[in-house]
Amino acid sequence: MIPSTVREIHDAYDSGKLTPVELTKQYFGRIDASKHNAFITLCKDRALAQAEAMTAELKNKHGGKVPRREKSLFGIPMGIKDVQVIDGVRTTAGSKMLDNYIPPYTATSVQKLENAGVITMGKLNMDEFAMGSSNENSAYGPVLHPTHPDRVPGGSSGGSGTAVAADLVFAATGTDTGGSIRLPASFCGIVGMKPTYGRISRYGLIAFASSLDQIGPMAKTVEDAALICQVMAGVDELDETSAEAPVEDWQKVVRDTAAAPSAEGLRVGVPKEYFIDGIEPEVKNAIEASINKLKAQGAAIVPISLPHTKYAVSTYYVIAVSEASSNLSRMDGVRFGVRPPAALEAKTPADFYKKVRANFGLEVKRRIILGTFALSSGYYDAYYRRAAQVRRLMREDFEKAFQQCDVIVSPVAPMTAFKLGERSKNPLQMYLVDIFTIPASMAGLPAMSVPIAKDAGGLSIGMHLIASRFKESTLFKAAALVEGGVK
Amino acid sequence: MSIQYLGQQVDANTEFETVIGLEVHVQLATESKIFSQARSRQESVSEEAVNKNTTPVCTGHPGSLPSLNKKAVEYAVMVGLATNCKINQKSVFSRKHYFYPDSPKGYQISQLELPLNEHGYLDIEYGEQGEHSKRIGITRIHMEEDAGKTVHFPGYSLVNLNRAGTPLVEVVSEPEMRSSAEAGAYLRKLYAIVTYLQVCDGNLQEGNFRCDANVSIRPKGSTQLGTRTEIKNVNSFRFVEKAIEYEAERQRQVILSGDRVIQETRLYDSQKNQTFSMRSKEEAEDYRYFPDPDLPPFELKDAYIAKLRDGLPELPDAKRDRFIEHFGLSKYDAGLITSSKILANFYEEAATDKGDARVIANLLTGEASRLLNDAGQEITESKFTPKQFKDLGRAVNDKTISITAAKQVVGILFNDGGDVDTVIEKAGLKQVSDTSALEPIIDQIIAANPNQVAEFRAGKDKLIGFFVGQAMKATGGKANPSLLQEMVIKKLKG
Repeated sequence: MIPSTVREIHDAYDSGKLTPVELTKQYFGRIDASKHNAFITLCKDRALAQAEAMTAELKNKHGGKVPRREKSLFGIPMGIKDVQVIDGVRTTAGSKMLDNYIPPYTATSVQKLENAGVITMGKLNMDEFAMGSSNENSAYGPVLHPTHPDRVPGGSSGGSGTAVAADLVFAATGTDTGGSIRLPASFCGIVGMKPTYGRISRYGLIAFASSLDQIGPMAKTVEDAALICQVMAGVDELDETSAEAPVEDWQKVVRDTAAAPSAEGLRVGVPKEYFIDGIEPEVKNAIEASINKLKAQGAAIVPISLPHTKYAVSTYYVIAVSEASSNLSRMDGVRFGVRPPAALEAKTPADFYKKVRANFGLEVKRRIILGTFALSSGYYDAYYRRAAQVRRLMREDFEKAFQQCDVIVSPVAPMTAFKLGERSKNPLQMYLVDIFTIPASMAGLPAMSVPIAKDAGGLSIGMHLIASRFKESTLFKAAALVEGGVK
Repeated sequence: MSIQYLGQQVDANTEFETVIGLEVHVQLATESKIFSQARSRQESVSEEAVNKNTTPVCTGHPGSLPSLNKKAVEYAVMVGLATNCKINQKSVFSRKHYFYPDSPKGYQISQLELPLNEHGYLDIEYGEQGEHSKRIGITRIHMEEDAGKTVHFPGYSLVNLNRAGTPLVEVVSEPEMRSSAEAGAYLRKLYAIVTYLQVCDGNLQEGNFRCDANVSIRPKGSTQLGTRTEIKNVNSFRFVEKAIEYEAERQRQVILSGDRVIQETRLYDSQKNQTFSMRSKEEAEDYRYFPDPDLPPFELKDAYIAKLRDGLPELPDAKRDRFIEHFGLSKYDAGLITSSKILANFYEEAATDKGDARVIANLLTGEASRLLNDAGQEITESKFTPKQFKDLGRAVNDKTISITAAKQVVGILFNDGGDVDTVIEKAGLKQVSDTSALEPIIDQIIAANPNQVAEFRAGKDKLIGFFVGQAMKATGGKANPSLLQEMVIKKLKG
């Protein structure tokens, strides 16, 4: 039986009932038996070498006791979304363009996890270049939902969502640009958290939309998400957008809250714009029930308004695709990007680029074309500049709202996990899945998904919580209360 | 046939003027690159060293991020301050997109809106004796990263990314120059400034200082601008001047033939002294600039700018004025010497007082510069030492040798080096200032030329030159000329 929290694993290591090697092998056994297509690349040899080193270290250096203080994730097997680079480990970003890409360096976030004792099991499947909400855009095939194989796990961190929910890894990293951690967490029934923009270094994260991308933890419990988050957080001189804000002990915040649950003094904002027609009734009911539980625990429920919410999806799709079109320019077949045989027949550089770049997936191509258009001379002011202005207004909406409340709650998505193929023919239908997660991304706010219920079909429903910039403490506290209310 | 150009009728007799704007890329001599910790300066790149001075950042690896080198900002602000620019306290980096194999990210990090420096100027002097002066506006000076280098071979090309990410400032002038001489003077002045600041290594062959010239012509007096062409990457000041001259004449012929000038990029072939078309810009390239989301706008505090301003070294114009004031040099000589920091420093070490100083300036800007130019050497790379010129100045000033002999000494020192007094001794160049040695020679000449003596005494003063010349010849050019003249007059009149 695999323990379900970091504390349980460490207790098992302490007592000698389990070793890092045994745990790693157990997980690989489950991975090998799984049909979810959650991984693109497995790091078996590398992971086992890590596990063996840790098993020896535990015995020889630490007298059999886990060095919790120095290595808070000692011997914890995790999956890494295949968009964070690891020196010497193939990293594809879910794209055929990077099918043979072996990075020569390691992402700061992964380095921090490994320094804290994480065993890297492999690279998790995802939508190509993190563009998608269902994981159907992966060049390596869709990831299946952990419990309903005819359904999607959500995207773009679908491999992460499924791998954690199906016990293929203990926890995982995800990345979130417009909801790519929170949506799969909601669909798969786990905790997924996107920190404040700038909390975790993006160095080594293959960029989709640089001003929106954030790495975050995906785990089974709020406490473990908090722990993983605080290990990865912190300013990095290699990422100028990383923030100096002090990293607090969020794990302790969660533990303290769980030990004495009380929502006294917590003001919970409920935005009227987030409770629209089109939310599945079971989702709506579950959220309302959770709000009532918070109220019962002493929270003040405050109706708020975020008036620019209606522009969120369209604004997001201007900014995100513009940045993506730029970031993906380097996939030109010269240094990065696989050269198909046809490209070698090209007579001119332009022809060469055309033939190489034809190999992006359909959704990526769509976004590159949109982004290239939005940045074009004569359109820049009408699209990109205008979107940047609206984005500022959305940020101000939140600033005003957070004068009235400490945390904002909503559904993560209007629906539970949908069927494979159900929405993939209509991009706009797909884009609307992210309607509740995009605003917090646009404002750079910390936000997370906490599982609160299951619908009649047994599909998970997640509650969305948003806090003010760098108020991860508040966010984790509220999440711990919601989680406790469910238990 | 009547030809209309810029709303005027033009023909072979129309006087045209050339309108020139320059864009100069100055590589900043920081130890590491502008956005990565890779080594920036490439003294010599051997085959094995290709693509070695790189990190995942300057090679554009997916996931890598730029982090701004503070030293590069400091150097760029110094260039702005030294060219009288307004330093923008808030400055933004933008991405400029284009596909080319030596641009590994598919975009170059540059600046568009809110460049670091704006609205500056340079004062230039030009003409045979530096008699013309003019103020040339500088539109902007922005920071950007250099690209890699593509080397083409038959059937394939190779890319070296060692240079990718080298910090640059691009200095963009107003289109205010009207001749190749003005353009040349502007380039030399800007070059002098960045080398005085020691923010640029100044090696033109290595591409440390690269110039693109935008050239158009118009009938003199017109206020409109004609279609311009851009001449790219000419790596010598003289060639920039020649390329501009060629291009202006080419455009004049195009217009007078009834054709129109095409807006395009042209390359200059120095061997043929011609420009030729590289690519047409008729379809304007769209670089899709937008603010780089990886680099937050950076802000410079007043105190930071003030500190850099206070720390600026003496710049060429100030040094020139000081040399005029202190050493009594002509504006022209002072300008020539201070156009190179190396030469100016050398000079300052050699020159002591005003008497010597002018002689030394004369020798340095004349004979020494000619020899150095022919050999393509900096003075510090040659056998010349400041002490040699100090000694030469003294020797001329105390009449040990003549200025003519001094030039000979310079030639010997250039080839062989050595000590001035020894060279003078060995070459027998010492001036004869001994009256007892000169007297018999003069007597002999007077005795041998009775007719001339008579004519002189009858009032033909000009003949003095004849006697002095004869005497000088007899001494093998070593006689002290003023002493000789004095003695001849005395003898003839006495």
